[in-house]
Amino acid sequence: MKHLSEEQLIAYQDGERSGRKEFAAHLAECGECRAELDRIAGMLAAFQALPVPEPGEEYGRRVWQQIAPRLEEKRSHWWDFFLEPRRLTAGALIAALVLVAFLAGRVTKHPGIEKGTTGTAAASDAQVRERVLMLAVGEHLGRSEMVLMEIANAGPESGRLKQVNISSQRRRAEDLLDENRLYRQTALQEGDTGLANVLDELERVLLDVAHSPQTVTPAQFKSIRQRIDNDGLLFKVRVLTKEIQQRENVRKLGPAQRGSVKVERNNET
Amino acid sequence: MRESVESVREADAIAIERTLAGDRDAYRILVERHSATIFRLAYRLSGNHHDAEEIVQEAFLRAYQKLEQFASQANFATWVYRIAANYSIDRMRQRKKEDARRQAPSAEMSDDVDQDPLRQIPDAGPTPERLTQSLELRREMENALQSLTPAERTAFVMRHCDGCGIEEIAAALRSNSSAAKNTVFRAVQKLRHALEPQFAPRAQARAMGTES
Repeated sequence: MKHLSEEQLIAYQDGERSGRKEFAAHLAECGECRAELDRIAGMLAAFQALPVPEPGEEYGRRVWQQIAPRLEEKRSHWWDFFLEPRRLTAGALIAALVLVAFLAGRVTKHPGIEKGTTGTAAASDAQVRERVLMLAVGEHLGRSEMVLMEIANAGPESGRLKQVNISSQRRRAEDLLDENRLYRQTALQEGDTGLANVLDELERVLLDVAHSPQTVTPAQFKSIRQRIDNDGLLFKVRVLTKEIQQRENVRKLGPAQRGSVKVERNNET
Repeated sequence: MRESVESVREADAIAIERTLAGDRDAYRILVERHSATIFRLAYRLSGNHHDAEEIVQEAFLRAYQKLEQFASQANFATWVYRIAANYSIDRMRQRKKEDARRQAPSAEMSDDVDQDPLRQIPDAGPTPERLTQSLELRREMENALQSLTPAERTAFVMRHCDGCGIEEIAAALRSNSSAAKNTVFRAVQKLRHALEPQFAPRAQARAMGTES
């Protein structure tokens, strides 16, 4: 009986597919090759089990402290702030919103338009306006969710840390605040009180985070976290984001398909 | 509550965007999140705590310098891991050259014995004999690993300790898949031969008994 070569056994152990069936058939019959394979597997398992010291919970923080002074500032121009992709998107959507509102106002006030068509045009304008708003709000909620999630997931579980650094979340909360105000006011004007209420709750938490110091005590951090937990804010934001996505999906489908989507949504709930 | 892979990737993407926009502190999130993983790789490759720490720091410094080249749809964890592997290979090669120049024969044996975690907890093992035996075996395994070339060691650790794919290993070695596969194979073969006496006796006896 011709035994498997060392190369074939190592390849087999490594999960190589080529020739696998034949090798398996041979191994089923050949005790010596099976023993060889066991030895290879045993050695690899021993290497996997070689202990690696755990660097500890604070390790990442220590690495940061060591490298931070050696990091050069990334060159950033004042216009970069406005050229960030998400700001550009938000800016474009806000501009679109203003433009749509302006055009809608002009069209609906036009004296030459017949009475019958004015109603249809106004309804269509309202739909477009709502859609633009929803797209912008959807994006805004997605980014807000990230900030809330980071706060909900981070922090001193053990309570051993003296300070919690939330500088990154704080800065982003500041950025989100202006947009949030605009969307809340627009939602109110559009009569979408449900959306306006969630944005209002979100605004209060964003304010809390934006006005906190860069590093907070565990107690301060806990209070921010509790605020998110108590209001069920993360859940509300997620539900709203999903709802907006679904609205958009339904809009993209043809009228024939809309009915079936509604049925599916009803079944889900 | 544990973060999902997807949410970690999204949060990483935001941190990268902010870092590139000039917010240096945003890079801290990435460092704090991924340091431990890189440390484990670095420790396995270098075999000691001090070098591992240096590799971790250098990997994050290099990642920061090259951050503009990072494709936002890629995975930062994989990217910085690859940078660490790359740097480790270069570093090991450099060390080898320096050692050869100094003609200092194998100073590796003495390295790290004092930092051995098993030595720091002498009561952990069942009996002193077994502890000595296991320490002896561990030292032989670590020596065998150190006797590999930098590329073999990196390929072996990535494949058999961290479960990386061949493509990922090829990228770290700056070679192609077939070369990476060969490097892993060569590493396993060399280690096996270096450790033959430790792993073989019973299996050999069994094999000899069954073969006519």
